[in-house]
Amino acid sequence: MSTPSDQSSAQVPDAAGRFGDFGGRYVPETLVHALDLLAQEYETARGDANFQAELDELLKNYVGRPSPLTFARRLTEHCSGAEIWLKREDLNHTGAHKINNTLGQALLTMRMGKKRVIAETGAGQHGVATATACAHFGLECIVYMGEEDIRRQAPNVFSMKLLGAEVRPVTSGSRTLRDAINEAMRDWMGSVESTHYILGSVVGPHPFPQIVRDFQSVIGRETVEQCRTQFKGLPELVVACVGGGSNAAGMFYPFIEHQDVALVGVEAGGRGNEPGQHASPLTYGRPGVLHGSFSYVMQDEDGQTCDVHSMSAGLDYPGVGPEHSYWKSTGRVSYTSCTDDEAMHAFDTLARLEGILPALESSHALAQAMQLAGKRSTDERIVVCLSGRGDKDASEIARLKGESFG
Amino acid sequence: MSAIDQLFTELRSKNRKALMPFVTAGDPDLDFTSAVIQKMVGSGASLVEVGIPYSDPIADGPVIQASYTRALENNVKLAEILNMLGTVAPQVSAPLVTMVSYAIIYRHGLEKYADELVQRGVSGMIVPDLPVEESSRLSEECRARDLSLVQLVTPTTPPDRALRITETSSGFLYYVSVAGITGERTELPADLVERVAWLREQTPLPVCIGFGISQPEHVRLLFPVADGLIVGSAIVRRVAKAVDSGREKTLDEVGKYVASLVAALK
Repeated sequence: MSTPSDQSSAQVPDAAGRFGDFGGRYVPETLVHALDLLAQEYETARGDANFQAELDELLKNYVGRPSPLTFARRLTEHCSGAEIWLKREDLNHTGAHKINNTLGQALLTMRMGKKRVIAETGAGQHGVATATACAHFGLECIVYMGEEDIRRQAPNVFSMKLLGAEVRPVTSGSRTLRDAINEAMRDWMGSVESTHYILGSVVGPHPFPQIVRDFQSVIGRETVEQCRTQFKGLPELVVACVGGGSNAAGMFYPFIEHQDVALVGVEAGGRGNEPGQHASPLTYGRPGVLHGSFSYVMQDEDGQTCDVHSMSAGLDYPGVGPEHSYWKSTGRVSYTSCTDDEAMHAFDTLARLEGILPALESSHALAQAMQLAGKRSTDERIVVCLSGRGDKDASEIARLKGESFG
Repeated sequence: MSAIDQLFTELRSKNRKALMPFVTAGDPDLDFTSAVIQKMVGSGASLVEVGIPYSDPIADGPVIQASYTRALENNVKLAEILNMLGTVAPQVSAPLVTMVSYAIIYRHGLEKYADELVQRGVSGMIVPDLPVEESSRLSEECRARDLSLVQLVTPTTPPDRALRITETSSGFLYYVSVAGITGERTELPADLVERVAWLREQTPLPVCIGFGISQPEHVRLLFPVADGLIVGSAIVRRVAKAVDSGREKTLDEVGKYVASLVAALK
């Protein structure tokens, strides 16, 4: 049985938004005051019992939390090793963990008296979750999305429109998540007095990495409790996929102090380890600045951000949240990657053995967990954060498999 | 005293104002950038800002973004840009400053970047994604070499913070006219003159206004309260025609445009 230790992560970030060397705030002066106000508002909200109660009520009665912890019996037998348990964020309203954060930030938006919300999205899950929160509270919602991602995640684009959001296609750069963040930042430069930017991952300038981690930590808190109830202990291993890293940060954070629990973050290995073929900054990149934060990033020798690749739009990002860089530097979390093919295989396996279609993002964590399970004994337990459902990926998977869809 | 300090000391003693045009390095290539810099100085520019192309410029509007994309697609490298600046700097009377993302400076190395600017006769840098809270290390490197590190104040900067920024900025203070990204605008905020006039009374540092300025009317409105005016997208938009309209014609047009703005300063 593990116990909390002194080496907890509770002190990070500091007032400047630093997680060790990482994080900070590398943004134009135009945004600094708004970030200061957001940090202040968040601090006040955090200590406000009414705010917490309102969020808890929404998570329970609107999102459907707690999300179950499911034992994957047939998958465990298939891997013949450690037990595999799935934290079912796919069963949340809107089908992914993203709603945990958007509801929290929508409440902050209203506390700040703002009526207009902007967001970026890659896989579309954050866009849908933001559009949903905005519809629920009557806020105007504009979602920036790369053209390539609009193609890959068409069902989510339509959902956002049905929910009353405006989806603005981004045609600059690689036309993916990174460019969508650039465009949302540019909007915010001119609208910052009236608009809140609901950033969807643990990336960006302080205080976003902290706010998003805290709102997502409900995943890990529930998991700790459910493990104690369902198998009378904590797991040996917890695995989550890492693009920007929000589901992983939310899952890992409450486990950080439990030193006996090994934590594994899985990046997108894409088509291989050559530059441009993957989206694994923690594995192949180095520390640098992107999107307002100092963290691991894929850059060329001049500091230009590199194009990256993953078949999964939500992981197709050249940077990563600063707290993950910090956890890498302290050694508390180990980071690895899985390829497109490995993730696709895991997707197929889970679908057929458990009757669950995982998101392609979550399939990366699953692929790693399946490999690790086979090497571990049957009395050990692995929890996988199943961060989202795979319905959104159906047409892209059909395309990748060369099958017709619909 | 940096070359920029000397420039503004001289301008203030003559009660004159600076026109500071911006050009993207490597659009469409570095030879042309060098020619544009010389043409603009020959047409009356007091200082030239040279934009180092960056893949993710969040403070920039479509015109400058597109110029960065074109330059990077042509594979322009930082080392070549610095070499070009080293060749052109001794040939022009105006100081040069680089407008450069901290992502690039950090990757290159802070000391190395500062050293290389000094070696090539460049007078300073503007780092649009480095607010004062994050700037102490770079600030030290610049101070140690008499390079100017120009900080920005914007309409969203509270007054007490603006004063703090004036204390850390060197060379001049860059007053961003609008809350938003770079790009030409027909109308500038109504209270801009008032805000800049207030700030200029609070600091001995020269105050220059940028973002949105493109027309002689803007220049006439703003120059009485400022030490200089910065014009970016309006130049970059003209330079972008070099490929289709021809280099000589484009240079000529840029020169005439700069001269028209300089004339409006008087």
